[in-house]
Amino acid sequence: MDFMVFQYPMISVQACLDGILLGILFALIAYGMALQWGVMNIINIAQGDLVILGGYIAYFMYLYGIHPAWGVIVSPIIMFFVGIAIYKLVINKVVDRDLFISILATFGISILFMQLMNFAFGADVVLANSDYGTTMLFNNNVVLPNSKIFSAFISILFAICLVIYMKKSKLGRAIRATAQNARAAKILGVDTEKVYAATFGINAALCGVAGALISITFTIHPYMGLPYTIRSFMIVIVAGLGNLPGVAMSGMGLGVFEEFADYILGTEFRIGSVFLLLVLILVYRRFKLSRKREYLK
Amino acid sequence: MKINKIIISFISAAVILLSTSVVSFAKVVGDKIVLGAAISLTGKYSSNGVHTQNGYNMAVDRINSMGGVKVGGKTYKFDIIYYDDESNPKRAAQLAERLISQDGVEFMLGPYSSGLTKAIAPVTEKYGVPMVEANGASRSLFTKGYKYLFAVLAPANLYLDVAIDLAVEKNNGKPVTVAMAFEQDAFSQDVRLGVLDAIKRTGSKKVIDDKLPKELNDMAATLVKVKQMKPDVLVVSGHTKGALTAIRQISEMKVDVPMLAMTHCDAAKLSKQHGKNSQYALCASQWHKTLTYKDNFFKDGMTYDADFTKEFGYAPPYQAAESSAALLVFKDAFERANSFDQKKVRDALAATNMQTFYGNIKFAEGGQNVDKPMVLFQVMCDDGGKCENKVVAPTKWASAKLIHPIPSWSQR
Repeated sequence: MDFMVFQYPMISVQACLDGILLGILFALIAYGMALQWGVMNIINIAQGDLVILGGYIAYFMYLYGIHPAWGVIVSPIIMFFVGIAIYKLVINKVVDRDLFISILATFGISILFMQLMNFAFGADVVLANSDYGTTMLFNNNVVLPNSKIFSAFISILFAICLVIYMKKSKLGRAIRATAQNARAAKILGVDTEKVYAATFGINAALCGVAGALISITFTIHPYMGLPYTIRSFMIVIVAGLGNLPGVAMSGMGLGVFEEFADYILGTEFRIGSVFLLLVLILVYRRFKLSRKREYLK
Repeated sequence: MKINKIIISFISAAVILLSTSVVSFAKVVGDKIVLGAAISLTGKYSSNGVHTQNGYNMAVDRINSMGGVKVGGKTYKFDIIYYDDESNPKRAAQLAERLISQDGVEFMLGPYSSGLTKAIAPVTEKYGVPMVEANGASRSLFTKGYKYLFAVLAPANLYLDVAIDLAVEKNNGKPVTVAMAFEQDAFSQDVRLGVLDAIKRTGSKKVIDDKLPKELNDMAATLVKVKQMKPDVLVVSGHTKGALTAIRQISEMKVDVPMLAMTHCDAAKLSKQHGKNSQYALCASQWHKTLTYKDNFFKDGMTYDADFTKEFGYAPPYQAAESSAALLVFKDAFERANSFDQKKVRDALAATNMQTFYGNIKFAEGGQNVDKPMVLFQVMCDDGGKCENKVVAPTKWASAKLIHPIPSWSQR
């Protein structure tokens, strides 16, 4: 245990800001997961692997001399079609089935993606340099890499665009209708098959954006997907489905929680603390539910 | 009649049994000495696994084309059976079993990484199969009392203790403050133990001791602490992702520290991925091409570097060089033992005392090489942004002078 974070107030400020910037990025991935969970009732274990694949697209652009920030535009376009392809090949066969079947199927996709990426891109850890420099605050006591600020900004931008799209466009309305009641939507003429494919594509595209941002801010590696899946799962569990402000808040909350856990418990417990929090939240939810049930009796 | 039948069937059974056992002990087929190796050709260690395999192959070709191995007046050639262990310790142990009990291999080469070597060593030990390994540096490999395990490389605890000594030397012999960040795996934790020993020996003080998770790609928290505590040395070890993450975040967060020492810079292609930002980083290495060790097969480091680059199209990292050295050790041991008896070869290996292009090789009781110091190189860049690794310690091998302290980011 180390309480340095409380001895130096500037470290707390740093931890909060780092956590919020990181959390916004997590929230973007989680929003994709919430969307598809809500519409299709599928928990996508391969979420993190889609993120990493998106990161590799930005990395390859960087290798060929294109600034990786363009990956934020190119990566989602490619990933959208990857998402549609995955839907057509696998997901459409499990979409109406038991939740357990879809978890198994996406778990399989996750393993396949990891191995394919390892096969295609090698096992090396890679990153894309943006050379964005650094912002210094509070008399140089707090440092924020501009790449992190850029990531947060782009994430917010995409989230806003998506919300507007869901509210205004025809497809957006169809997606929301399907989420509310797939059968009713079908009866009223919504092509649910198309909606499902589009939803999965949009989710993959969001993962693509997040992946490109991660390759700019952190590092990517074929086997690094799972922590992102776990984080987004957790954010969605806390926020609930179809609740974007909730997803954003719980994303930032998780980011800050991780940073403080890192300072206080040590970096080795960073990911572990996320798992612990997940367990605590699930137990708490269950506890709350059971009380409600008693009341109903 | 009946007894005759029984005798005949008994004899034929014995013949069948004998013939299969002859096949399964075919370690030397004709003029070939068959070695076995389980190597990570796929999975998370695949890049270093391939370096290892290239190193082995390079040495096999070279030794075979330069006269092979002479045992009992006859000339033999090396041959290697490879299996892919998928970077998975369990699979590696299974493959070692298979190599020994099904393929009849009687001599083994090591896999890549300490973890996989740890998985295989109990198997080779059980069957009394001598194994020369080149990529398992964890200290725990050499404290288990293995009799058939020999490592041509220096153990992990010696990787970065040189850096602490160097910092103390630069501080006019006075103790220094040390910040440490190590991944939680067998290898990095051994490096940490070595650093702790050096801290104790020099009377220095550790101010930060962070352990990094396996999924590490963010060490901002550690670096914020470093900014606050201002240590004299920052030591980082977390394989390639540790090295890459550290340099990225140190440059982004403008962390000023007089000395930065790391492992795996070579494998991480640090200067290629980070350019000038990686400048001044000190890196522990088992080998560097400018070291002036010599042997009859590869001549010296520079020639090895050139030959390897010609054959495989990239400059050899130390993982390849040490793998090549393992074959030289086997050849030497076979010739001195003048036999293929496993016990005799094992004893000859234990008595090894030779120089290769990779360094001197002499095994301690536990099997680790005690005759080859680690070297530290520093990444140095010219104004055009071209970076090179130059050996700065130990002084005997230094090709450039250490730049210390590292200039602050505001002056770069």
